[in-house]
Amino acid sequence: MKFGVVVFPGSNCDHDTVYTLREILDQEVVELWHKDTDLQDVDMIILPGGFSYGDYLRSGAIARYSPIMGKVIEFAERGGYVLGICNGFQILCEAGLLPGALLHNQNQKFICKNIYILPDNNEAPVNRLLDKEKPLKIPIAHGEGRYFASPETLSMMRQNNQILFRYCNDSGEISEQYNPNGSVENIAGVCNETKNVFGMMPHPERAADDELGNTDGRLILESLIKIILEKKISYYN
Amino acid sequence: MSDTVVTLDVAEKLGLNSEEFDKIKEILGRTPNFTELSIYSVMWSEHASYKNSIKWLKTLPRDGKQILAAAGEENAGLVDLDNGIACAFKIESHNHPCAVEPYQGAATGVGGINRDIFTMGARPVAQLNSLRFGELENDRTKWLMKGVVKGIGDYGNSFGVPVVGGEVYFNKCYTTNPLVNAMSVGIMKKDDMISAIAKGKGNPVYIVGSSTGKDGIHGATFASADITENSAEDLPSVQVGDPFQEKLLLEATLELNKTGAVVGMQDMGAAGIICSTSEMSEKGGHGMRIDLSKVPLRQQNMEPWEILLSESQERMLVVVEKGREKDVEAVFEKWDLNCEIIGEVIEEDRLYFYKGEKLYADVPASTLVLGGGAPVYDREYKEPAYYKEFKKFLIDDVPEPENLQEVVKVLVKNPNIASKKWVVEQYDTMVGTGNMSTNFPSDAGLVNIKGTRSAIALTVDCNSRYVLADPDIGTQIAVAEASRNIVCSGGKPLAITNCLNFGNPYNPEVYWQFVNAVKGMSKACKKFGTPVTGGNVSFYNQTSIDGNVVPVFPTPTIGMLGLLKEKNNQMTMAFKRKGTMVYLIGKSRNDIASSEYLTTWHHIEKSPPPYFDLDEEYRIQKVVEDLIRFSLVLSAHDISEGGLFISLLESGIPKCMGFDITTDAEVRKDAFLFGEAQGRVVVSVSTTRETEFIDFMLQQDVPFSALGHVTKGEIRVDDVSYGFICDLTKDYTESLGAVFQDN
Repeated sequence: MKFGVVVFPGSNCDHDTVYTLREILDQEVVELWHKDTDLQDVDMIILPGGFSYGDYLRSGAIARYSPIMGKVIEFAERGGYVLGICNGFQILCEAGLLPGALLHNQNQKFICKNIYILPDNNEAPVNRLLDKEKPLKIPIAHGEGRYFASPETLSMMRQNNQILFRYCNDSGEISEQYNPNGSVENIAGVCNETKNVFGMMPHPERAADDELGNTDGRLILESLIKIILEKKISYYN
Repeated sequence: MSDTVVTLDVAEKLGLNSEEFDKIKEILGRTPNFTELSIYSVMWSEHASYKNSIKWLKTLPRDGKQILAAAGEENAGLVDLDNGIACAFKIESHNHPCAVEPYQGAATGVGGINRDIFTMGARPVAQLNSLRFGELENDRTKWLMKGVVKGIGDYGNSFGVPVVGGEVYFNKCYTTNPLVNAMSVGIMKKDDMISAIAKGKGNPVYIVGSSTGKDGIHGATFASADITENSAEDLPSVQVGDPFQEKLLLEATLELNKTGAVVGMQDMGAAGIICSTSEMSEKGGHGMRIDLSKVPLRQQNMEPWEILLSESQERMLVVVEKGREKDVEAVFEKWDLNCEIIGEVIEEDRLYFYKGEKLYADVPASTLVLGGGAPVYDREYKEPAYYKEFKKFLIDDVPEPENLQEVVKVLVKNPNIASKKWVVEQYDTMVGTGNMSTNFPSDAGLVNIKGTRSAIALTVDCNSRYVLADPDIGTQIAVAEASRNIVCSGGKPLAITNCLNFGNPYNPEVYWQFVNAVKGMSKACKKFGTPVTGGNVSFYNQTSIDGNVVPVFPTPTIGMLGLLKEKNNQMTMAFKRKGTMVYLIGKSRNDIASSEYLTTWHHIEKSPPPYFDLDEEYRIQKVVEDLIRFSLVLSAHDISEGGLFISLLESGIPKCMGFDITTDAEVRKDAFLFGEAQGRVVVSVSTTRETEFIDFMLQQDVPFSALGHVTKGEIRVDDVSYGFICDLTKDYTESLGAVFQDN
């Protein structure tokens, strides 16, 4: 599969994402420069974590207007797969490709630590192959990760299985106590209605390398690759 | 301002003494003009010239086959990691800015030290920091600490380099003068090093990165009094950081290096353009002709001396091969950064600073810098009275508490001992996907060198109470502890960087502390084979206590780099499972001197440093190194603040395991549990390899003893329960956050 990882000025998880996809998951990867408008025929686009354009305004607010994003939006609207991780999630919300918004963490501080998330359902490629009973240990690292959406939106998202992951404890219990940032309904990741655009605050690419002693994040990326490849094959057949 | 008539009075206001003023006149063969005087005043300041410390710094061991850049010669130390890979690392202080403006002070400290690393062509992969504040009950301390931690976090998190280690201590001597020491570590190909040098007649000199403003200009007080009444508002004494610009500058610098067009490069930190132009020129035996009107400014009406001295952040000076200008400019255009030619390299040892047609300064470059014309002083020193008094301490005069469980409850919440989770979770510790200690906590931070079999091990250490008690021994302990932390993580110590935080060097008693600290550092660095690769000296750190100005505890922070040659030798401090045996490598001593227990429980501040024997320490570390190499232990954790009990607790916390141990009848129980005698490591051993472990240990020339075993959760000492690990964990990990009440 061919991935495109967008590099905004200020992206700082772009190298990690490329390394994980290329060296650990053995995928083809190209970097997509923010000033470019050529998507190089990629199968999937990843918007990595970081502080695009410094994020001095509101996270993702400026990146959303970069030249490459016009193409990313077109790509997503045509059904192309897009995953936003952390800052990438914030950008996708700012761009209107995902519902809701990401606010400052409830404690008003940056938080970096391992947390646990549980797949809410198995309806999207990103959680299709995951065990709904098995919590995954994935790091978070953000200052603005408190997911928010209106009750009406949430209700639609629930009905349509657009909630991908929720924060929980190491035995899969979902409660406010295990909500690291105050996200509504413990939401850690969401997708769009057509389930081709995904956003999540936790960093699966930081939990993919055996040498770091935690590979739970690899399961998420592997699910994505496998399901999308299957679809691609059936499409060509 | 530029046409102010220069007199001795003006020179003194800029911090120069009459002897120095005469020397400048002698060098120039005339009286300097105001711009030139400003240049000398800042280049000959303590900060830039090391005039009061260099004599002693030169006595430190600085050679070793692993050393690729001599101490002080480049922007940071450079150490060979084999396989063509090198590691650049350095620690620096930002104490004074933090005392005034903790957030920006700390942020720019992080920015500055990272710039030192990537100026050399290395990509920063890890940061550490060493912080000291006053007592935590104090509102000022809370304000300073919140600001410093947020400053470090906001800058480093955005810049994208993980924090992999650090220390935080509290003592009232740091109340008005916190210490903020930041260390950065980068990895590069050995052959890619960019030198801080200017050479090649006619080569263009570029300034790249942020525009220059009036921030951080020296003598702000002098200037603000003299220009106009209102100009003070335009002259913040602390620089302002922009991590986004720094991130762009990092990527552009590394890309620039690939063009092969770079002759030399230096970042602009203290003393701005004047420092980088003079140091690079002196190193290359050349000079420069600079036109200050070409420097991109963010403010209007800046005078030449202001442009020269501005400490605006996120800037670099680059000398490029003539003819390669287009390649260089393309890189900076890609990253949307300023890139302006401001002058050229000339053959003579001279710096000419023009603004347009007018010449504002004409000085020999070599006379400005350390090792060239900058003054070197021999300061007098004398042993302070307290030194002998501290030695009178006798353990027998200290009553042993009846209820040691109560002591434990107090110690685990002691901010010098308790978990620094509240601090650490505000830093991105995992960006870069290299931090190997996140899921396997270890005494030193381990960072993966991707694509190799190796990792680097990093730590910063200094217990300044020990250094106060005996600067020589205390500093030896700081080096020994750093080495011990690296060894306990499976690494081999390679080299150090240091940040020497002291009081006023003109105070002979402070200078005595400095001299003896340097002597102690020399001894220990020689023993552990860890040469000094550079660092920074910060004098004039003092605090007012009850109306008396007292120097801070002498705090020579040691940043150590080690190599884990084979990643599968990685060692964790965490107990693995119940039933495994717990041993002490080293010997329990009847010693509570300078311990947190002694100061917290008994409120005794005057005692010598804890037991320490350099040779014995070295032998113990060698044995621990072998135990790990032969896979004879499951965990290793050194004993430091809080003593054996706290060390066992810290080993138990990651997997929620307790321990059941027996004390030694020959040692007081409080000393056994809470004493801080050096040269001790707690290891756990699987029952299946215990015989092999004992056989191995019996052949070694170091003491060891069985302590007990790991339990499912209960903590027992001599068959008395000390509670359960989960309860103590809560007190240990949450107490610091509770002080701030914002978790």
